[in-house]
Amino acid sequence: MELFTNQILAGISTGAIYACLALAVVMIYQAIDHLNFAQGEMAMFSTFISWQLMQWGIPYWVAFVITIAFSFAAGIAIERVLFRPLAKAPILTNVAGFIALYSIINSSAGLIWDFTIKQYPTPFGSAPFLGSQLISTHQAGMIGVTLLLLVALYVFFQYTRVGLAMRAAASLPESARLVGINTSWMIALGWGMAAAIGAIAGILIAPVVFLEPNMMLGTLIYGFAAAVLGGLTSPFGAVVGGFLVGIFENLAGTYIPYAGNELKLPIALALIVSILVVKPAGLFGRHIVKRV
Amino acid sequence: MHFRHSLHAAVLAAAIAGFVSSTAFAQKKYDNGVTDTEIRIGNIMPYSGPASAYGVIGKTEAAYFNKINAEGGINGRKINFISYDDAYSPPKAVEQARRLVENDEVLLIFNSLGTPSNSAIEKYMNAKKVPQLFVATGASKWNNPMDFPWTMGWQPSYQAEAHIYAAYLLKEKPGGKIAVLFQDDDFGKDYIKGLKDALGPQASMIVAVESYETSEPSIDDHIVKFKAAGADVFLSVTTPKFAAQAIKRAAEIDWHPLQIVVNVSSSVGAVMKPAGFENSQGILSANYAKDAADPQWDNDPGMKKFVDFMAQYYADGNKLDAATVFGYGAAQTLVQVLKHCGDDLTRDNVMKQAASLKDFQPDTLLPGITINTSPADFAPIKQLQMMRFKGEKWDMFGDIMSGDLTH
Amino acid sequence: MSAVEDVATQAPAVEAVPKRAMTLGAGTSLMVLALLLIVPLFVKNFIIFQMTMLLIYGVAVLALNILTGGSGQFSLGQSAFYAIGAYTSAILMEQYDVNYALTLPVAGVVCFAAGFLFGQPALRLSGVYLALATFALATAMPQLLKLGYFEKWTGGVQGLVVTKPDAPFGLHMSQDVWLYYFTLVITVAIYIFSVNLLRSRSGRAFMAIRDNEIAASAMGVDVALYKTLAFGVSAGITGVAGGLGAIAVQFVAPDSYTINFAIALFLGMVVGGVGWLPGSFIGSAFIIFVPNIAENISKGLSGAVFGVLLFLVIFLMPHGARQIAVVGQQLLGRLRK
Repeated sequence: MELFTNQILAGISTGAIYACLALAVVMIYQAIDHLNFAQGEMAMFSTFISWQLMQWGIPYWVAFVITIAFSFAAGIAIERVLFRPLAKAPILTNVAGFIALYSIINSSAGLIWDFTIKQYPTPFGSAPFLGSQLISTHQAGMIGVTLLLLVALYVFFQYTRVGLAMRAAASLPESARLVGINTSWMIALGWGMAAAIGAIAGILIAPVVFLEPNMMLGTLIYGFAAAVLGGLTSPFGAVVGGFLVGIFENLAGTYIPYAGNELKLPIALALIVSILVVKPAGLFGRHIVKRV
Repeated sequence: MHFRHSLHAAVLAAAIAGFVSSTAFAQKKYDNGVTDTEIRIGNIMPYSGPASAYGVIGKTEAAYFNKINAEGGINGRKINFISYDDAYSPPKAVEQARRLVENDEVLLIFNSLGTPSNSAIEKYMNAKKVPQLFVATGASKWNNPMDFPWTMGWQPSYQAEAHIYAAYLLKEKPGGKIAVLFQDDDFGKDYIKGLKDALGPQASMIVAVESYETSEPSIDDHIVKFKAAGADVFLSVTTPKFAAQAIKRAAEIDWHPLQIVVNVSSSVGAVMKPAGFENSQGILSANYAKDAADPQWDNDPGMKKFVDFMAQYYADGNKLDAATVFGYGAAQTLVQVLKHCGDDLTRDNVMKQAASLKDFQPDTLLPGITINTSPADFAPIKQLQMMRFKGEKWDMFGDIMSGDLTH
Repeated sequence: MSAVEDVATQAPAVEAVPKRAMTLGAGTSLMVLALLLIVPLFVKNFIIFQMTMLLIYGVAVLALNILTGGSGQFSLGQSAFYAIGAYTSAILMEQYDVNYALTLPVAGVVCFAAGFLFGQPALRLSGVYLALATFALATAMPQLLKLGYFEKWTGGVQGLVVTKPDAPFGLHMSQDVWLYYFTLVITVAIYIFSVNLLRSRSGRAFMAIRDNEIAASAMGVDVALYKTLAFGVSAGITGVAGGLGAIAVQFVAPDSYTINFAIALFLGMVVGGVGWLPGSFIGSAFIIFVPNIAENISKGLSGAVFGVLLFLVIFLMPHGARQIAVVGQQLLGRLRK
């Protein structure tokens, strides 16, 4: 029983990592109706920028704010320069664009900062949390910040005009334009916000997994899976999905005999696919009704 | 009559002259990739993809060959080092090997990295009779001159290293409960085999074995399981990033087993420092090369040469990264082999010289560890010395051990 | 939970390609074929090897084109079927001494079954969800191949070395040249089969499903059957390509078939032109040669250079190489007048 609770707790702390990134994924999906493969790399690059700022002596929170602002601007810039020209191109071409962006960012980070891992500080410290040795204060802080982000996003989408405008632009672009919403800039805004959230995710994840250009490799898959599981239209679903994926993965690894440990990722993904088959829009996503 | 004699004499003289001059030309024998002024060496490294951290080895080697060329080359010939990226993908490695051998016509392929990539090209290299020299992987399969006479390893094999750890544990912690975390590929599996072989009947000391994939973001949950299983010995068969994660996590959950990290992850700069020096006290490992972070080698002539080389030829490089030390040592070994070839730079002779290294010590190997090969022994380095992490560096202890199974 | 109405007359992810434009004109096709037949006589073995790989990857991209361009199902999992085909061939050849040519139909059938089976749960998924499911399959495959349970057949992480066949009947050809012509024959056969498939009733059913699934089903197309059939056929063709790949590279290992390969195939399809079958080979050339070009330009930044080149291609030709072919055809038409 103790192992069971331990694994659940460990799953929640890994799940926080996935939940963070899943929020960024949902954000971009809300804006452009598709998944951006380069999301993880953008987050990684932002984290490196904050690391570099700290290497130059800038204190943690100042670097944090600068990085978020930079990421937001960079996200908008990338969208305007690279993806706006592709707006009329087929979706698959855009996906190829995401892959190209992934390649560029990953390779550049490798050249600038090389591939040795770097230690990344945490503002929350690494002591055991509430005496529990399974969750450190950093991980508790990570969960806290994720939940805070979630609330902020929820408020943004439900209660602000800009949030409403973004949702309108994503679901029915033509009608949104008719009402005076500049759909093109809504997309850019979505990119910027997704980049900023990604940066926060990266900054939270780096102390645990160590900072290096390939740090987001595995995490992104889990982030996608968590976002899809929770429903791509629901930030709340993304966070819940993240925790669920983390917990399930750990339990599968512990209790499924023989192959459970070697097949953690495939089993987690198989679970998600099966849930999707039953609930195609994810656990909390909005059900899309198609009309001819 | 006289005319006939003189004709005979002339023919004889011409024949003798021809014979003499042909033996004079026979002194210089070249295979593909060699001219009077150049030797072309091929290399395949993962400069992109998941294993890109090892690309540093290729860069160090390129810099080392630049240094050799600046100092006049080998027997008057400059080295043309052609290195291609295989992104750690075996089909790409096959393509690059074929490109090097058939397109660029190199003399040999040196220090290609990764067990999958080397496995993929082994058959081809042996069929084409091109040396696949000093491969950069510790899999034990490279010491097989009977079946693969053109393939040779360099570093101590992973199984040999595991034997040394097992011997240590049997002696120092005979009742221990061992937990092993290993990477799910041939690097990890080779260690497991070595450990189990060397523990023999005591293999029951192993109470927990977990594997992980490089795609996993973090291996924290495995550490949690180990603590729950009550293990008091932890063998971390991991690559640098995951080794650091394991060290950190074990400290966070207040689990203090006797921890052994494998040689690949014993780099101070790449593992111990990010993981936190305070978390790394008392960790054991083994090494065959000197660590540039260790001040005890500050006045060592060999290491001084290495540090000077880094400063002059590869200033961007990080001398604390064990990969640079590795590349330097391997490159120096190749230069030794090529020097011994003299003007007979055929592939046959290259393998012959490589298989007759006697007590050769590159600048960077620990004192007492030497390179020895023979036609039946294609494992250049077989010895390691154990070390314990204290303060901010590794303290060597014990004897130089060879990884042969003793029981 | 509120429902969101989605008007299904929005542009589909993959646009319709007029039937005739799915292939090259007869004249161009013959010219290309003649070129492919003659070139090996003049070049080194290494180039022949690369051309063989070009054909093999081209077939794999072709299969993806049928699936995505033909039936509109977005798949990032082709590397999994390629791996199954490669391992089937390798295991049959190395463990059971089956003749290499016979392993290919077996690989094809096994992968067809695998694809058909995978298509079943995939029926309910579309768009980005299907992409994720296929992505999951591609990521899972290397781990499945490493599984200890299968190790005695698959060789585990070490993989299997495959013996390259000699030319039959004692023909005086190098192994590379023989394999090239063998691959060429199979490629042409699969190409003709695919063209005919897409022009047939099944092909029309695929395209109807791609353009408007609900309308298609309203008109009596058995959507479930054709969607799984598309998956099956595509997987089967990819499996044959995988088998050929195993023979050409002479080695199979889990690391050879990662998600990176699936992404590369996807890129090949986009660059070649989604739904345009001849473009598959242009796409395949892109994924084989452009990384080498990028490496030549800059070793440290090879990934970034590749990304930049990819961007250039998709900016200039958002619809892939088909655009160039269309422009070329228009020019030719104007010249004729």
